[in-house]
Amino acid sequence: MNNLIKLISFLALALTIVPSFLVFSGVINADLCKTLMFIGTVVWFITAPKWMNRETEEA
Amino acid sequence: MSQKNNLVKKLEAVNEYEREPIPKGKLKSWKSFVGTYAGEHTAGTEFVLGPLFVAHGASAVDIVTGLLIGNILAVLSWAFFTGKAATKTRLTLYYQLEKIAGSRFTMIYNLVNAVAFCFLAGSMITVAATAVGIPFDMAMPALNDTLPTSLGFVLTVFGVGAITTVIAMFGFNQVVKFANIAAPWMIMIFIAAAVTVLPRLGINSIGDFWPVAKETIWSGVPLEGNTKFTFWHVMFFAWFCNMAMHIGMADMSILRYAKKWTAGFATSTGVFLGHYVAWIASGILYSLFLLESDNSLTFAPGPIAYEAVGIAGAICVIIAGWTTANPTLYRAGLAIQSINPKWKTWKVTLFVGMITTIAACFPALMMKLLDFVALYGLVLMPLGAVVFIDIFLLPKMGLRSNYAEINKSSFNPAVGITWLVTLVFCVGLNFYGDIEIFFLGLPGWFVAVVVYLISSKLVQKNSKSAVTPAPESSSQKTVSIS
Repeated sequence: MNNLIKLISFLALALTIVPSFLVFSGVINADLCKTLMFIGTVVWFITAPKWMNRETEEA
Repeated sequence: MSQKNNLVKKLEAVNEYEREPIPKGKLKSWKSFVGTYAGEHTAGTEFVLGPLFVAHGASAVDIVTGLLIGNILAVLSWAFFTGKAATKTRLTLYYQLEKIAGSRFTMIYNLVNAVAFCFLAGSMITVAATAVGIPFDMAMPALNDTLPTSLGFVLTVFGVGAITTVIAMFGFNQVVKFANIAAPWMIMIFIAAAVTVLPRLGINSIGDFWPVAKETIWSGVPLEGNTKFTFWHVMFFAWFCNMAMHIGMADMSILRYAKKWTAGFATSTGVFLGHYVAWIASGILYSLFLLESDNSLTFAPGPIAYEAVGIAGAICVIIAGWTTANPTLYRAGLAIQSINPKWKTWKVTLFVGMITTIAACFPALMMKLLDFVALYGLVLMPLGAVVFIDIFLLPKMGLRSNYAEINKSSFNPAVGITWLVTLVFCVGLNFYGDIEIFFLGLPGWFVAVVVYLISSKLVQKNSKSAVTPAPESSSQKTVSIS
């Protein structure tokens, strides 16, 4: 379960940066990029707290 | 009612070990500091400082090389100065300074420090407010604004300030948790924002970047009314923009939690992501803003980021402001609390948060950030030199460390003389030698070292404590875990 949440977190993080390179390459437009980055942001802040600080506390 | 009691109990249970070494069980691995520093230095200030180099006409070559060398020097300063001192004493800077300089001197120092921290945190609240105000069509401040620009701006600042203060009231652990979560996402947004706008600057392939960077982004020509920045400006600014934290030893309060002094190297995440990648990214964004707004004087990081990458950009500015304001408020709280240790940490932080929020209503705080950061580091630097020399060099010279504590003195004249002479020297260099403020820290540190050694020798010569040899005092023994 933890690994699945981590995977979702990293995909969300990727969603915040990959679209910008697609804009740079001319594959997508800026509006779609903004929407994808917002979705990535929301998913990151929902999923990351479930594993990030726990790992730090265990270290 | 019981919920209210639980909250008060929880707040009062926050123990930050203000006047005792951190116990071994509370030490944190270097991973904690990676998140903290990445969050702190990929921050709201980056949205202000990055554009500075554009405005001051730094060239692209100066940016790439100056930031590289300056940031390396900053990381080394954190590890070899702050990290070494913090893991040897496990004390806050404020308590360590009280042992060396005495309670009366420390009270003055703490007040100066707390005011500086409040201003810094306040400027970050202002930065965050420029993003929060977007949906309300808030009138944004301009570069030459000093007073509050509108009621909407003041209300927005108060909202942001209240939330920031509440988070800081719950102590260091909450700050670490918040910074850990936000840090990786934040740097992604910084990079994404810059990459997204590259085509609008005429960069359509990687090969286009360097020519445009040299000719358009960092053209080497300063904006009207700004001085010209060279490689040396960029390098020294990158090194000394956090001088109060590393050479000035303020980050002893943070790094005293580190298991080993090498945790100081964890700052590299912060400085290279925040003071390299993020400064370059925000420089690109500001350059585009100037290009498309015909050199408008409006200066609001929120709308600039929102325009580039939408809501995610605006949220980034808000969180970037918070992750800087939170630990800064925490530090300010510690500085004030050390004046009277009986005060509860959370109550002090609440008070500091209110003062900071009022200060944040004045846009001048954000617009003059460059001058303020340089001045603040310079003012606190001599005390960092005193702490470092007192811990590591005085015992080797047969002199006593922690002079004020041993002599039960409330004022160590050696520290007062050092602070005064160093600052007079730096002001003299600035006024009569025409040396800019960014370059004063280096000669100033050596002056502080020499003056403190001489004045300590003179002061301790007539002191009873100098009669006996000077072993390491019990409070100075290393408690680091190897």
